[in-house]
Amino acid sequence: MASSTIPSGAHGDPTRRDFLMVATGAMAAVGAIATAWPFINNLNPAADTLALSSIEVNVKPIAVGQAITVKWRGRPVFIRHRTPEDIKEAESVKLSELPDPETDTARVTDSAKKVRPEWLIVVGVCTHLGCVPLGTKQGDPRGEYNGWFCPCHGSQYDTSGRIRKGPAPANLAVPSYLFTSDTLVKIG
Amino acid sequence: MASSHGAPPVFNNKVIAWIDHRLPIFSYVEKEYHTFPTPRNFNYFWNFGAIATVMLVLMIATGVVLATNYTPHVTMAFDSVERIMRDVPSGWLIRYMHMTGASFFFAAVYVHIFRGLYYGSYKAPRELLWILGVVILLLMMATAFMGYVLPWGQMSFWGATVITNLFSAIPVVGDSIVTWLWGGFAVDNPTLNRFFALHYLLPFIIVAVVALHVVALHIHGSNNPLGIDPKGPQDTVPFHPYYTMKDGFGVICFLIVYAIFVFFYPNALGEPVNYVPANPLVTPNEIVPEWYLLPFYAILRAVPDKLGGVLCMFGAIAVLFVVPWLDTSRVRSCTFRPIYKWFVFLLVADVIMLGICGAHPPEGWYVPLSRIGTIYYFFHFIILLPVLGKIERPLPLPPSIADAVLKKKVA
Amino acid sequence: MRKLLVSGVIALAALGAGAVAIAAESVVHPPHRHWHFQGPFGTYDRAAAQRGFQVYKEVCAACHSLSLLSYRNLMEIGLSEDQVKAIAAEVQVPDLSEDGSPIERPGRLSDRFKKPFPNELAAAAANGGKAPPDLSLMVKAREGGPDYLFGILTGYVPFEKLTPEQIKEFSVTKDDNFNLYFPGHKIAMPAPLSDGKVTYIEGGPKATLDQMASDVTEFLAWASEPHLEARNRTGIRVVLFLLAFAGLMYAVKRQVWADKH
Repeated sequence: MASSTIPSGAHGDPTRRDFLMVATGAMAAVGAIATAWPFINNLNPAADTLALSSIEVNVKPIAVGQAITVKWRGRPVFIRHRTPEDIKEAESVKLSELPDPETDTARVTDSAKKVRPEWLIVVGVCTHLGCVPLGTKQGDPRGEYNGWFCPCHGSQYDTSGRIRKGPAPANLAVPSYLFTSDTLVKIG
Repeated sequence: MASSHGAPPVFNNKVIAWIDHRLPIFSYVEKEYHTFPTPRNFNYFWNFGAIATVMLVLMIATGVVLATNYTPHVTMAFDSVERIMRDVPSGWLIRYMHMTGASFFFAAVYVHIFRGLYYGSYKAPRELLWILGVVILLLMMATAFMGYVLPWGQMSFWGATVITNLFSAIPVVGDSIVTWLWGGFAVDNPTLNRFFALHYLLPFIIVAVVALHVVALHIHGSNNPLGIDPKGPQDTVPFHPYYTMKDGFGVICFLIVYAIFVFFYPNALGEPVNYVPANPLVTPNEIVPEWYLLPFYAILRAVPDKLGGVLCMFGAIAVLFVVPWLDTSRVRSCTFRPIYKWFVFLLVADVIMLGICGAHPPEGWYVPLSRIGTIYYFFHFIILLPVLGKIERPLPLPPSIADAVLKKKVA
Repeated sequence: MRKLLVSGVIALAALGAGAVAIAAESVVHPPHRHWHFQGPFGTYDRAAAQRGFQVYKEVCAACHSLSLLSYRNLMEIGLSEDQVKAIAAEVQVPDLSEDGSPIERPGRLSDRFKKPFPNELAAAAANGGKAPPDLSLMVKAREGGPDYLFGILTGYVPFEKLTPEQIKEFSVTKDDNFNLYFPGHKIAMPAPLSDGKVTYIEGGPKATLDQMASDVTEFLAWASEPHLEARNRTGIRVVLFLLAFAGLMYAVKRQVWADKH
């Protein structure tokens, strides 16, 4: 044990004494942090939650021009089957006009780098304060840019889900997805 | 508060001085945990108060975190605990810390109580300090019992059934009380829900009583192995660094044993049958409480009468409240009580024997043993303690703590 | 004073030991075996656990559920994701179609192990009135743990081999299943395993009764306590850390007290 180096009946020399105190203090700090870790880690998503973190969606029933909402990781995801006009509109916008510049192609590319412009998949959460924008259901207002319109504070998104007007700072997020066949898409 | 030396502390840090002028928390800590004059002759038994405090904090910390993932519903409680064990990050560790922690908290408190009994820490002027301690013990038992119900295993359910049924022994209103405790006609979802709520509440009440226990302790200061009062500065040392460091060492040693159980034998102190989900239609072969309640359980079963058993069991704790007045001896510490000392050891042996009896079905040898054990338990407190104090001749007390310490060093 | 304390402790220990000696009972305990996962350095034998899963799947799963496990968990005993996906896809899991009608679909990684019976009542009805117990926690839920489980699986004695005393004492008939280690000896479950019941893959051990019983016990031990390896690993680190910390604290304490002793 470390104590055998300490002469008994005396204070020991000051450097050794300081070293001992610093070492013990450091040890206590390490112990406290290590003990805190399981308590903090405990709040992370559990294994069963993570196991449900990807879903598979059959997009075959979605007609051109229509969109659906699916629930993924507790949040809505919009899948829109875009019309050729939608695609053209999205591709023709100049990047310099966009508050959050991003090409349409980059937003319709799956994780295997395959581009499918007819399918737009975005997380349906407004990047302003987390409301769900309107525009997915038939008859919903789609805003001035024919995409989505957030009823909370009036943010407007275009046919590529990019922010065009209003307080939202960024485009609707594109989740990681992969078309496992022409009609089956795995999100997450 | 305790007599402190010299002027109130002066803080160089301006922020600390500003706060302390308005809310003297720093002065308080300084006075009660730094300069606080403490007898210089503590042995390692005096570590167990600090150890018990650490365990209390650990139990509350792990418990709060467990509660974030637990579901108090009869159809989901068992599975939610297993989800903590399997899927929740670090969940198994937090749960085993909590489960094993209950045992180690009780172990520390039992050693602490033994220390109090052996060295006469309950004697004047520390009677209230002792009584607050017994209140803490009672609250701990209630908390532990309700906590044990939460995983909703077989032993949870049947333990709850048996213990709540104790109250049916009360004449006239007993059955109504039991129905009231259950919130139904058997231990069921309402029972689980209220036990969860109370299991979360009681620890904070324990914290409050512990605070009072500490305040009471600091009025007259700690007792010590010699049981004589300090007569001046030569008999005491400041609490910090002398006892902070000694307590720190003791706490770490205790935690080593605790860690060995948490990590290598987490289920050694538990009952396997509690890993079977509760089934209200099938009683397990044997219903036994956790080890720390076994002696009281043995007393309950030793008496061949329902009401009598219940009264004896509660009496076993109730008698502790009046120990300060049952003890008639002039000296505190058993170090100077040549006869009574052996009876304290005998009492410990008796309680251990009762514990062993409580762990086994009441058949054969266990029946007479538990009866003898129960009789001695009450004999010890009610007859021996007052009588022996009158007739025993204590050994001569040393003139002062410093005197005794220095003499020992020379020898 | 210290001497007296020590003698007190010795007296207590002697008394305790005496009481424990009285406590020894006449229950037949299964013999103790060494398990790969025992002790502070224990780990699960992956190959044995995988064989044990095969035994569970082909034999036990006909009656016993394993409801706390999901297919994804099988990756923890060394099966690859593709293997586990294939295992999950073999079973049909009840679910709802998009229009809300009940359907069956192939299992996924996130699905719980499929139960052999839809509910407890059905399980009881199909098994002579008593539902076969779930095996998820079996190794932790029985006194003796893995030894007990192994004992039950290998402890069957055919009626012809029983002594007349045994038959008389436990009133065994030809239709009863006699098991050496089951409390009361008469067990509802007929002997589930026998030599060659399962065909192990080439290159592995022979599927003898003992081998299969030991493999399925290894698998179920893992199922009961999936984080045992992490627990042991963390435990060794924590105890070593605390020992070093205690050493330092002792040195500090001595230093602080040096002028008072």
